Amino acid sequence: MKVLVGVKRVLDYSIKVRPNAAKTAVDLKGAKIMNPFCEIAVEEAIQMKEKKKAKEVIAVSIGDKTAAETIRAALAMGADRGIHVLTNQRIDSDLQPLAVAKIFKHVFEENKTDLVLLGKQSIDDDANQTGQILAAMLDVPQATFASEIEFADDGDLIVTREIDAGLQKVKISVPSVITCDLRLNQPRFAKIPDIIKAKRKKIQTLKLEKLDIDTEPRAKTIKVDNPEVREGGVMVDNVDDLMSKLREDKII
Amino acid sequence: MFASRRALKLVAKKYPSVTTNGKRSISLLVNSNGLNEEQRMIQEAAMSFSETLLMPNAAEWDEKKHFPKDVIKEAADYGFAGIYVKEDVGGVNLGRKEASLIFEALSTGCVGTSAYISIHNMCAWMIDVYGNEDQRQKYLPSMTTFDLFGSYCLTEPNSGSDAIAMKSTAEDKGDYFLLNGEKAFISGAGDSDVFLVMAKTGEKEISCLIVDGDTEGLKFGKNETKMGWNVQPTRAVIFEDCKIPKENLLGSRGQGFKIAMSGLDGGRVNIASCSLGGAAFCLDTATEYIKTRKQFGKPLANFQYLQFKLAQMATDLEASRLMVRNAADMIDQNNEEKTMYCAMAKYFATEKCMDLVDYALQMHGGYGYLREYPIERYYRDLRVHRILEGTSEVMQLITSRNLLKD
Ligand SMILES: Cc1cc2nc3c(=O)[nH]c(=O)nc-3n(C[C@H](O)[C@H](O)[C@H](O)COP(=O)(O)OP(=O)(O)OC[C@H]3O[C@@H](n4cnc5c(N)ncnc54)[C@H](O)[C@@H]3O)c2cc1C
Repeated sequence: MKVLVGVKRVLDYSIKVRPNAAKTAVDLKGAKIMNPFCEIAVEEAIQMKEKKKAKEVIAVSIGDKTAAETIRAALAMGADRGIHVLTNQRIDSDLQPLAVAKIFKHVFEENKTDLVLLGKQSIDDDANQTGQILAAMLDVPQATFASEIEFADDGDLIVTREIDAGLQKVKISVPSVITCDLRLNQPRFAKIPDIIKAKRKKIQTLKLEKLDIDTEPRAKTIKVDNPEVREGGVMVDNVDDLMSKLREDKII
Repeated sequence: MFASRRALKLVAKKYPSVTTNGKRSISLLVNSNGLNEEQRMIQEAAMSFSETLLMPNAAEWDEKKHFPKDVIKEAADYGFAGIYVKEDVGGVNLGRKEASLIFEALSTGCVGTSAYISIHNMCAWMIDVYGNEDQRQKYLPSMTTFDLFGSYCLTEPNSGSDAIAMKSTAEDKGDYFLLNGEKAFISGAGDSDVFLVMAKTGEKEISCLIVDGDTEGLKFGKNETKMGWNVQPTRAVIFEDCKIPKENLLGSRGQGFKIAMSGLDGGRVNIASCSLGGAAFCLDTATEYIKTRKQFGKPLANFQYLQFKLAQMATDLEASRLMVRNAADMIDQNNEEKTMYCAMAKYFATEKCMDLVDYALQMHGGYGYLREYPIERYYRDLRVHRILEGTSEVMQLITSRNLLKD
């Protein structure tokens, strides 16, 4: 089985995000990390390889030239090779799930892949759409929010999904698309011997503009702003005070 | 970049200050500026290791004087047991700058463990570079997996700074050397397996011998009771008529002192790196502390004296980092003046980082003096860096000697 894993480069979640001066988008200055859900997807793919279920793991990232660093991180974790779809479009806002899904469809078909593992969402735009759109476009089964992936004897996958009502098990055939949730696994740390090996692994670069894919954003951002600052409250001594305060402010 | 973010969550409870909680945008805990992608990944890997396996346990190991051999063994998996040892014997063949980044990162979590690993690396490197093929193949594949632990034996009870005045002798007996004498303050001794011993093979001739841990006549003193570095043993090593096979001579006869000193160039950069990591942790911790601790009705961080002090500490840390990383580069480039630059870096970094930690403790007031807070442990651990692998005074001696030479 050939597994395609999406690895998106996002702003480090420990950085406090700010709108840019024009308030059109988030200011992207600061450290970048691999989207944590993508990291989980990479780990799962590597575990499949270790269990001899996957033959090859291909890490794909779309973005400017720095996206290659995120691919390199996936290679250091154990992915076999990388595909870098080079574009200067902003991947947190301008390049939207529909376009990303189209790009993945292209890569999927070019590489004759059997399984696509994606994060359930990325922590920048929090869209949670790419996997679903991709499965529909490829017309293959999908299992989203995976918290466990097992292999059935007939070659199908049994995926445990985290849904509002609890855990749901679905059996899907390959090829298919799975999106990974937080509890699927604990991603490993890269080790130095693997980091060195990763240096020798191949990353293929595809120029997005040469792929003939319509990536025009369909949704338009009107404004990006800070959440309203919370106003300071007052401490009340007892329930009576609380009630009169609430009445005073016409809340009750 | 990736892994340590998870790790940070794990330590968030224990040391709130080391986590970036969203409010802070600047931390001097690590500095990756000017590093290439691979170096940043290496730094990240070492930070992850430090944050998950060292930091949460270091206080307990210190308290119980526990040498964490199991965790050190795990470090080998990450490539930390043969950082600048060649790949054919299991090393990862990186440069000294990378080694410095690793020891700095590891010592943010546990200074003593990081320092022991650095000594082991120095020993492995000595065998890699000066050893013949048989010696390399015999020892290094096991040293780079931490199946064998290394110790460096130069100091004697009566010769420390004046190491050349050593008394230990290795008498040539035809097919073996008869080793007699005593080495003092040997890190790892009693728990280690391979000893690189400097001894006199003639009136004015010092040689380096590889001594196996199971050699007959090899004895150890008690584990010294120390101020810091409690996570690793320090013992006297005593040789009583030890028969050391001729094939265990490292390099050639009379080359021992040179081998010992060339190991120390890197060793000094490593020890200085351990000071950097410890100081970086304390700076970070103190910065957070003064933001939350209130006196006179406002956070301590609002007092200008403490603000300036903090700026001075941060500046000293950064200056030290630059010197240490520069010295590391000079070893890699085999610069003629590397010994002097290593000495200057060790002198500056170990002194400045000590002052920094001292003041980080001061900023914590009485709490800084308590074991409940981590600072006093870093204080105790960093103190010895001004003494071992050449004291600050000896570093100045080396530097001035180089400056004044004709
Ligand atoms: C925890 C610990 C671990 C150690 N591990 C090892 C190890 O693994 N292997 C090993 O070989 N050694 C080890 N050492 C020994 C260490 O390297 C020595 O302690 C150090 O070199 C200083 O030697 P000394 O203690 O004999 O001090 P001395 O040489 O007696 O110095 C005493 C003081 O005099 C100063 N001084 C000496 N000569 C001069 C001078 N010419 N001008 C000005 N000042 C001078 C010194 O700087 C120092 O302040 C370790 C020491 C400690 C504490």
